[in-house]
Amino acid sequence: MPTLNEYLLMGGLLFAIGLCGVMIRTNIIVILMSLEMMLSAANLTLVAFWRFGGGEGLPAQSYNAQVMVFFVITVAAAEVAVGLAIIVALFRSRQTVEVEELRSMKG
Amino acid sequence: MTIAFIILLLPLIAAACNLVFLRKKADFSAYVSTLSAAVCLVLTLGLISKGNLNDLGSFNWIKISNFELNIGIELQGLGLGMILVVTLIGFLVHLFSLGYMGDDAGKSRYFSGLSLLFSMTGIVFADNLAMMFIFWELVGVSSYLLIGHWYHKNTAAEAAKKAFLVNRIGDFGFMIGILLIWGAFGSVNFGEIQESLNNGTYDKGLLNWSVFCIFCGAIGKSAQVPLHVWLPDAMEGPTPVSALIHAATMVAAGVFMLTKVLFLIEVAPTAASVIQYVGAITALIAALMATQQNDIKKILAYSTLSQLGYMIMAVGFAGLLSGGKVLGEEASNAGFFHLYTHAFFKALLFLGSGAIIYACHHEQNIWKMGGLIGRMKVTSFTFLIATAALAGIYPLSGFYSKDAIMTIAANNPVLLVIGSFVAFLTAFYMTRLCVVVFFGRARSWSAEEAKEVPFLMLVPLLVLTVGAIFAGQSFSYGWFVAPGKIPHPDGALLPIVLTLIGVAGIVSGFLLYRDRDKEPYPVRILSNKFYLDEIYIIIVQIFQELVASVAQIIDRYLIDGLLVRGGARLVTTIGSVLRGMQSGNLQGYAFLFGVGVILVLYIINAAIG
Repeated sequence: MPTLNEYLLMGGLLFAIGLCGVMIRTNIIVILMSLEMMLSAANLTLVAFWRFGGGEGLPAQSYNAQVMVFFVITVAAAEVAVGLAIIVALFRSRQTVEVEELRSMKG
Repeated sequence: MTIAFIILLLPLIAAACNLVFLRKKADFSAYVSTLSAAVCLVLTLGLISKGNLNDLGSFNWIKISNFELNIGIELQGLGLGMILVVTLIGFLVHLFSLGYMGDDAGKSRYFSGLSLLFSMTGIVFADNLAMMFIFWELVGVSSYLLIGHWYHKNTAAEAAKKAFLVNRIGDFGFMIGILLIWGAFGSVNFGEIQESLNNGTYDKGLLNWSVFCIFCGAIGKSAQVPLHVWLPDAMEGPTPVSALIHAATMVAAGVFMLTKVLFLIEVAPTAASVIQYVGAITALIAALMATQQNDIKKILAYSTLSQLGYMIMAVGFAGLLSGGKVLGEEASNAGFFHLYTHAFFKALLFLGSGAIIYACHHEQNIWKMGGLIGRMKVTSFTFLIATAALAGIYPLSGFYSKDAIMTIAANNPVLLVIGSFVAFLTAFYMTRLCVVVFFGRARSWSAEEAKEVPFLMLVPLLVLTVGAIFAGQSFSYGWFVAPGKIPHPDGALLPIVLTLIGVAGIVSGFLLYRDRDKEPYPVRILSNKFYLDEIYIIIVQIFQELVASVAQIIDRYLIDGLLVRGGARLVTTIGSVLRGMQSGNLQGYAFLFGVGVILVLYIINAAIG
């Protein structure tokens, strides 16, 4: 069975990949997907901490962490719905989803 | 509310009524003003004949810790004579104006201006310098309004402006003088100043300067050299106004004010001699200018200047003289006595000239008149009486007052000679005026068609003629200044010499100007008033250019360059630096946002940890 450290390493790796995706990719849909990945990393970390929260390899007594994870999943679902709607609207008005071409905020 | 306050406020109420309610009812407003003037005259007569002069009312106006300013009324001594002159001549001028301004478009405005002129009574009533200054300025304002009555005429508007500005210079000096007095004595009340003078509890250092500064006010208002230039120009106003303010009352305010601060002049010998010489120089210069003027009112204006110079000179003798003598009250009485008699005959001369101008269809050039004595008998008669009084012919009023002044002037031989020469010139230019206007033949159709003015306008002339004849007698002035207090020459030498001088002036004027059709001996420098106006214009221009160029430098480089444009440039520079951060790149923003969040977390952590 994997240890806490392995879970945390996995979570960190997922977060780093998500962050790189947000910073580097230019397609706005991919950026949104990368964001979701970062949220999943956070969820994984929370669940891992719950699983080893009781000491001596046992799960924690309370379900606070799991409740938190459900919250994050719900909010993420809502966020995706809003985000995708914005992207659709953006595409309609600009005919593109490349952030390189969306520079009208330049001073 | 005492009678004195009613005299003070009634004309103001009349003026306000005229301006607010009666603009369209010009005739009615004229009667309102005249009625208020008549009531003032009656009340004044009642007040000075048997009123209680000790407590005329006073109220506290300003009180700041230990500084108090009262609006108080004080009426005694020479003030009694002055208030009579102001209200009597004011009423007569109202009466005359009913005829003279009968068909003027701005009649209502004119009469409210005349009523406003009764602020002159405030100068006479004032028991402290601050109150006097307030009314002093009010008189200036009403004079401005009346000189500029025919404001659509460019010359009148400019004359009004000039009078106001020139007076401002003098008034500024007056204000500084009042402040100096306040600094030295801790009070501006005449009674209190005199008290601390007697006790010796005052600051002696700046006394000469403060008297001189106060005298500056008189230089402006009484039109002494070098601020005399406004008075001749003020003749652009309607003639009755000239009679009231530019001959009898307002310009006399300066002289009256000096008699009020007599006790200060007595202890300021340097300032006193300045006053003497300024008066003498004014008398001389103005008389010389008067000999070459062609406008009937201008001649009278310069004559007024010259006579005011006489009065100022006499008052100046109140100070310590070289022989250690202090003439004091005697000198100021002589000056005031001349003011008193002069008010009658000069108002008469001006109203007479007004009647002549009215009859000649507003012709003012004396060379276009002539032969009027046959057509305007009453006017001519009164005018000649006034001329004789001004020339100092026995036994008219001018003879006595001029003698009084010359008796005083005899203490300084130089001024005595100047004074006598001015007396000669006075007789000379007035004779020139009379010979040209009344005798010979009519030189224009307007003079040919002249006929006697209506009875309403003759009444003031006749009343003033009585004054011009009898004002010099002791029964006329004895009630406000004891006859013994007016200086009289010792022996008959001085009166005889002065009479001879006057007769010489009349004879030479008569011989030189008989049967002339134009000025036979033009003297450029005199008819151009010594080019003083031109010199002033140049001086003003130089100063104006100087101030303007300095102001331009400040405006262009300091305000425009540094403050306005500098501020804009600063903001632009900062903006262009910050603009670099607004890349428009979504990920750039996300990166900066992340860095910011980390920074904030780090700082919070450092702060807590």
